[in-house]
Amino acid sequence: MSTVIRSAAPGRHRARLSKRARATLGTGVGLVIVAVMLFPLYWMLDASLLRPQDLVSRTPIWFPLHGTVAGYRNVLSSQGGHLLVSLVVSLGTMAVTLLVAGPAAYGMAKLRVPGRRPLQFALLVAQMIPGIVMANSLYVIANRLGLINSPLALILADSTLCVPFATLILHSFLRGVPDELSEAAAIDGASRLRTYLSVILPVARNGVITAALFSFLFAWADFLFAVTLTTQDNRAPVTVGIYRFIGANLTDWNSVMATGVIASIPAAVLLVVAQRYVAAGIGSAAVKD
Amino acid sequence: MAAMLSETAPVAPAAGAGAHPVRGRRRTAWRAAGFVVPVWVYILCFYVYPLVSNVRMGFQDYTVSSFYTGSAPYIGFANYLAVWRDPQFARIVVNTVLFTAGSLVFQFGIGLALAVFFRRAFPLNGVLRSLLLVPWLLPLVVSGTVWRWMLYYDSGVINQTLLHLHLISQPIPWLVSTKLALVAVTLVNIWVGIPFNMVILYGGLQALPQQVYEAAAIDGAGAWQRFTKITLPLLRPVTLVVLTLGLIYTVKVFDVIMLVTQGGPANSSQTLTTYAYDLSFQQLSFGQGAAVGNLLILVAIVFAGIYLRAVRDQEGPNR
Repeated sequence: MSTVIRSAAPGRHRARLSKRARATLGTGVGLVIVAVMLFPLYWMLDASLLRPQDLVSRTPIWFPLHGTVAGYRNVLSSQGGHLLVSLVVSLGTMAVTLLVAGPAAYGMAKLRVPGRRPLQFALLVAQMIPGIVMANSLYVIANRLGLINSPLALILADSTLCVPFATLILHSFLRGVPDELSEAAAIDGASRLRTYLSVILPVARNGVITAALFSFLFAWADFLFAVTLTTQDNRAPVTVGIYRFIGANLTDWNSVMATGVIASIPAAVLLVVAQRYVAAGIGSAAVKD
Repeated sequence: MAAMLSETAPVAPAAGAGAHPVRGRRRTAWRAAGFVVPVWVYILCFYVYPLVSNVRMGFQDYTVSSFYTGSAPYIGFANYLAVWRDPQFARIVVNTVLFTAGSLVFQFGIGLALAVFFRRAFPLNGVLRSLLLVPWLLPLVVSGTVWRWMLYYDSGVINQTLLHLHLISQPIPWLVSTKLALVAVTLVNIWVGIPFNMVILYGGLQALPQQVYEAAAIDGAGAWQRFTKITLPLLRPVTLVVLTLGLIYTVKVFDVIMLVTQGGPANSSQTLTTYAYDLSFQQLSFGQGAAVGNLLILVAIVFAGIYLRAVRDQEGPNR
């Protein structure tokens, strides 16, 4: 009996140690993977702070020890207008998207409206229309309506990137809201619209926030509609600003990179604020109905 | 099951209260339709109408003058013929296939490897996993710009590092060689797509029944055997979804190519999507651009069909 215990003890000890070692190894490998995958981001940050003479150096400058913020100062003067256009367009897209997607998701998830299946199907298929096809037709339509260079055209075009995704996300969130809530509101005499606005939306606010943030981000990152629907430089969003920046001056890389860093801020905010829902968002729009 | 319960629950009181329960329920259902009218109108205006007008434009001689005169004569298949006879067209189709296949194989392979790796329990697992999503969230214009900067011939960090490690003796002309530009844009697109593949495959792995693995371990199956004999077969539905969806997304990639190489040099990294853009917005031949766009719609339809079937099959047992 005692021999069994004695012989088992070191084994168990070793197993626990190696388990801990394996966990540490796992974290180590994980850190290396993340470092490799996120290296381009670090490199952007690094370059945004380098002096012009260091940017063309023959050996990589791994740390911006003699850094300068001149790049960032340039951004505010040359890209400030583009950033403002992007902000207006992204907020507008967010509003349009929530206005269309919210009621649709509520109708599908809770009111059991007729034709739910075809609607889901239509939204899934809409996501798959090639962007260049949309750009081609929307340009012709916007041209006919005199909306080229108008932020309104960009808002409506960008919303086509968001409405299906937002509706499907909100739909899966709203399905989790208990029916008793809307029943109680109905017994209290609230109309459906009122129930939606003051009961359902507050309860499902995480879903609303996720849908809103994604809509903002999609519009903020849009390049195809931006480059086709704006011809005047002062009406172009920041993505087009960067594109033309690269084309125009090939040496001013620290300003380009500083613009890139600033243009990445919304993505960083999204990841921090809604970390839990980002993965769920990718998944729910892709695999789930 | 839970969803079914909650769907039937609210019907009961209504059926008890109304004199004509069925008609009453149907009327409220139609009144509730007000909530989905906006989205249907939206779908008609912003997806169906552009789609139809693009198909029509493919058969019209639509150029800049059409904007002023308001008329674009129908010319049958002339746009398609013009595209077909373009000496670059074959190259562009081949590029599109290579770009798509290369992107999918490596995005999926690396994504799956990472998904399997992150199934282990270790500290910081969750944080590291969400950090890996950053490439997916970043505006593609930003990623494309950074990669272009990293791929430069003599001041790019990739060539400098490879030279430093003595893996190459000459810098690689990633962006200026007609042989390598397509490799460069594919590389960048792989990097962009890894997080998406990882997230969905990780979700798929989490849903696999654990007992099968325990049983296999008892039977003495090794790690590699468990992977090839259990994980891969069980993961097949998710794999199909990821690959078809990935294909639909990859064929329409625009930003990465425009930012890294602009389809050049000499069309060597041009795909059907950037070619359609070039025809419409650089050569201002909207009819031909629409024709190429319609080819892309055909590709999307075929793979959307496969995708929707895969999703249905995957959901079947869960419902």
